[in-house]
Amino acid sequence: MEAIRIEGLTKTYGSVRALDGLTLTVEPGSVFGFLGPNGAGKTTTIRILTGLAKPTGGRAWVAGVEAGKDDARRRVGYLPEEPSFYPWMTPREYLDHVGRVFGMAAPERKARTAELLEQVGLAEVARRRIGGFSRGMRQRLGMAQALVNRPEVLLLDEPVSALDPAGRKEALELIERLRGGCTVFMSTHILADVERVCDSVGIVARGRLVTEAPRHELVQRYAVPAFVLEADNGSAGRLPGWAAGLRDLPWVESVTCSGATARVVVRDVERAKRELPPSLHSAGVVLVHYEMVRPSLEDVFLRLVTEGGEER
Amino acid sequence: MILLVALRKEILEQARSYRLLIVSLVFLLFGLTSPLLAKLAPEFIKMLPQGEEMARLIPAPTVADAVGQYVKNISQFAVLLAVLMGMGAVAQEKDKGTAALMLSKPLPRWAFLLAKFGALSATFLAGTALAAIGGYYYTAVLFQAPDIVGWLALNGLLLLLTLVYVAVTLLCSTASRSMVVAGGLAFGALLLLVMLSSLPVVGDYTPSALLGWGSLLVTGTGRAAWGALWMSLGLIAASLLASWVVFERQEL
Repeated sequence: MEAIRIEGLTKTYGSVRALDGLTLTVEPGSVFGFLGPNGAGKTTTIRILTGLAKPTGGRAWVAGVEAGKDDARRRVGYLPEEPSFYPWMTPREYLDHVGRVFGMAAPERKARTAELLEQVGLAEVARRRIGGFSRGMRQRLGMAQALVNRPEVLLLDEPVSALDPAGRKEALELIERLRGGCTVFMSTHILADVERVCDSVGIVARGRLVTEAPRHELVQRYAVPAFVLEADNGSAGRLPGWAAGLRDLPWVESVTCSGATARVVVRDVERAKRELPPSLHSAGVVLVHYEMVRPSLEDVFLRLVTEGGEER
Repeated sequence: MILLVALRKEILEQARSYRLLIVSLVFLLFGLTSPLLAKLAPEFIKMLPQGEEMARLIPAPTVADAVGQYVKNISQFAVLLAVLMGMGAVAQEKDKGTAALMLSKPLPRWAFLLAKFGALSATFLAGTALAAIGGYYYTAVLFQAPDIVGWLALNGLLLLLTLVYVAVTLLCSTASRSMVVAGGLAFGALLLLVMLSSLPVVGDYTPSALLGWGSLLVTGTGRAAWGALWMSLGLIAASLLASWVVFERQEL
């Protein structure tokens, strides 16, 4: 049984089609990265899975139960992008209240609350009012409240986008620790986070699934090699002109320049190896760094999303 | 069971957000001062230019005046507070996202709504009880003790009138995402009911008719308004039912 099954999900808001026949499955115990640009339909999908929104068409199941049913809500943990809490409550009171909603007995609630506050680093502020919490602290409390019921499926909507680097690291480590224990379905547009914790990836664009595969397989299947180079300060100004000429060549997929560095994604590696260095020399670019790099998920993502999602 | 969980949170919120305190203090203040204002009305008139002559024409204040003042003050502030306290109850939670987070868990929407109505009812019950105690005591001290059963019935009817506006405001708050819009809709409904209450025949069936009945039970003046009682109970039930139907269809 899949942890999440989505079949032909559509959702329209007036004339806007937020989801356009989305179909995907997520295996139990995996950390699934739901990747897509802003407006791709990630949040809408998660809201439908939690039962907070209803699909215009299609169906979805979470932990084997149709999304939105009471039994599904018992099996799911949910963290929205910007979680909001009752400002007059303390985090301990909030987690206790959530435990009551799940019908947990008092000793279990007490133990689970203490355990989760420790886990997300809020034990020391357990008696402070949530109203005075920073965004990062609220995000951590959001993670704790999503875990109160030991969910089979954890739905995280951009879980680390509001956190500082240290908070992000901690949150991602927490997600990693959940691997195997529960299925994590995590929407994000931060590719580095997906590369770090997700073992499967689904890329969504314009409400449709572009592709879905294990992360390593995805990189191997779609990514093409890239060359990264860095010019010295004296010749960095020549990079844009060199890049403009390079883009028309048939063996070049794309060229992106940023300051003194450039990234060239190629279609023909052997030809690139032969022709790139002379082209740089001809353009008068003096190199301080030059290497062929492993294809990244970012390359795959940009390629698939800009191609318009016709591949599966 | 789940209703008790939701109700516990709502009652805690009423206390922590000082709503319970505010309502209690306002009701107590007007409960205490209403008989006093009735007693001192002639003295106030005397302070006006040529007030001495006017005061001589006015009969000495009685229990009926104290009760009339009490009913007028409490009902006006109860309705105003019902709208102010209720207009953000659901709309604000939807707007801020707290409702979405809680309703993604196994908390049914009917329990969410009913708990809000229950907690607001408890707040107004506490306020009405304090006003009733204060008003009874001062009326007894300044005039004579009113009939206790009649006094309790009067306050019960005042509470019922307040709960009609709590339920209507809750419906407005459920139907809109903004607290301001909810407040506007609730005040619109309030105006409509006030206008209807001034119509012949129809007025006898509006919640405002409960006030006249309440006065009758204490002072012997006024008319029984069973129609208004059933209409008020019906309005509360219909508003809560409509809130639930609307809320179930909403996406958060």
